[in-house]
Amino acid sequence: MANIKKSPWVLHYDGSSCNGCDIEVLACLTPVYDAERLGIINTGDPMQADIFLITGGINSQNEETVRQLYEQMPRPKVVVAVGVCACTGGVFKDCYNIKGGVDTVIPVDVYVPGCAARPQAIIDGLAQGIEIFQERLDEHRAKKKNEKSAKGVSA
Amino acid sequence: MKTGIILMIAYVLLAPFIGGFLEGLDRKISARMQRRVGPPVLQPFYDVKKLLNKQTISVMTAQTFLLITYMVLMVLTGAMFFYGTDILMCFFVMSTAATFLYFASVVTSSPYSSIGAQRELIQMMAYEPAVLLTCVGFYLAAGTFNVSEIASHDMSYILQLPGFFIAFVFILTIKMRKSPFDVSTSHHAHQELIKGITTEMGSKNLAIFQITEWYENVFVMGVVGLFFINSSITSIIGAIAAILVVYFLEVLIDNSSARVKWADMLKISWIVTLFSAGVNLIILMIIR
Repeated sequence: MANIKKSPWVLHYDGSSCNGCDIEVLACLTPVYDAERLGIINTGDPMQADIFLITGGINSQNEETVRQLYEQMPRPKVVVAVGVCACTGGVFKDCYNIKGGVDTVIPVDVYVPGCAARPQAIIDGLAQGIEIFQERLDEHRAKKKNEKSAKGVSA
Repeated sequence: MKTGIILMIAYVLLAPFIGGFLEGLDRKISARMQRRVGPPVLQPFYDVKKLLNKQTISVMTAQTFLLITYMVLMVLTGAMFFYGTDILMCFFVMSTAATFLYFASVVTSSPYSSIGAQRELIQMMAYEPAVLLTCVGFYLAAGTFNVSEIASHDMSYILQLPGFFIAFVFILTIKMRKSPFDVSTSHHAHQELIKGITTEMGSKNLAIFQITEWYENVFVMGVVGLFFINSSITSIIGAIAAILVVYFLEVLIDNSSARVKWADMLKISWIVTLFSAGVNLIILMIIR
């Protein structure tokens, strides 16, 4: 199985967050935390991204955008929700326009709690996301292999 | 002739590895300049490996074909150069390759990649005069466009063509997509055009683009080496040292400057070309 753990490219999307988590996400890329040593690149392009990192909750306006960005990402892909707002809706939960956490729209793989989430926690969340990223590929490969061998038997 | 064939095969087989390794060094040195630890030196290879394992989504199926054509033409450029044929012909084939990259980007009709592609054309306009003048310089000094004859002269041409060398190194910044001239696409995250010319390239297509960049970098570094190489074997060491110095200089410029507007890029590169290569040209024509 191909090892793809060393190159996770992140797509960062700001839902309706207060920007606290976004600043912490950017802090991960600064010299102090330097997420690039794990091969993490903050790309702005969903077509080139592997991990979808979302901060802030989902409201009725960005719902469609989040779904579209998720669909534009090629498989295997992982979703990491950063901050309590992205996990559950946080302090904005009862607002009239907030639908709740990211999992109300797309499946979330890793929840990183905190308000704001600390850079250490974000990098830990990404590291867990990377493991899932590799698992996804392996599962897909195994499934394809099984299908192929099943076809071979029936033929 | 025999060494030409060996060099050509070596280029086709080894250039992606050399190019990828140089890019890895580039990223490591960049990180150290920013006081970061930085990714491993083999990071570019990990990236390409991952890209090859991802699902292929392409907006237009023609894009893959156009990108493969871009790659084949770029490999041909380098192969011709290292075989030792006409240097002018090499640069013409390189321009054709760049045109296919332009088509691969505009074919998707995405606004970001279209603007990126238009900027790529402006970049070509900016570096093409210096590239052509370099060929003219070699012709005036050596009396031939033939790479193998230029390389087997008993004196390095850098002594006769320092102005052309400065112009060529200057436009290398454009060719290698380094700041301040990375207007069409940037190696660094987040710019106003998302990823510019590569916005609509994902997974395998981006891997093809990346590998072609490595071929291209090794080719242009070969041209840098051509300025230093002569008939003696020891000049190869000098040429390699010069290539490494030039590469380091590009990384340094990349990390110490911000992107300029396209109009400034055009002006600055033409002025540098005109002054350094032009003055060198006049002097060369007088002393001949």
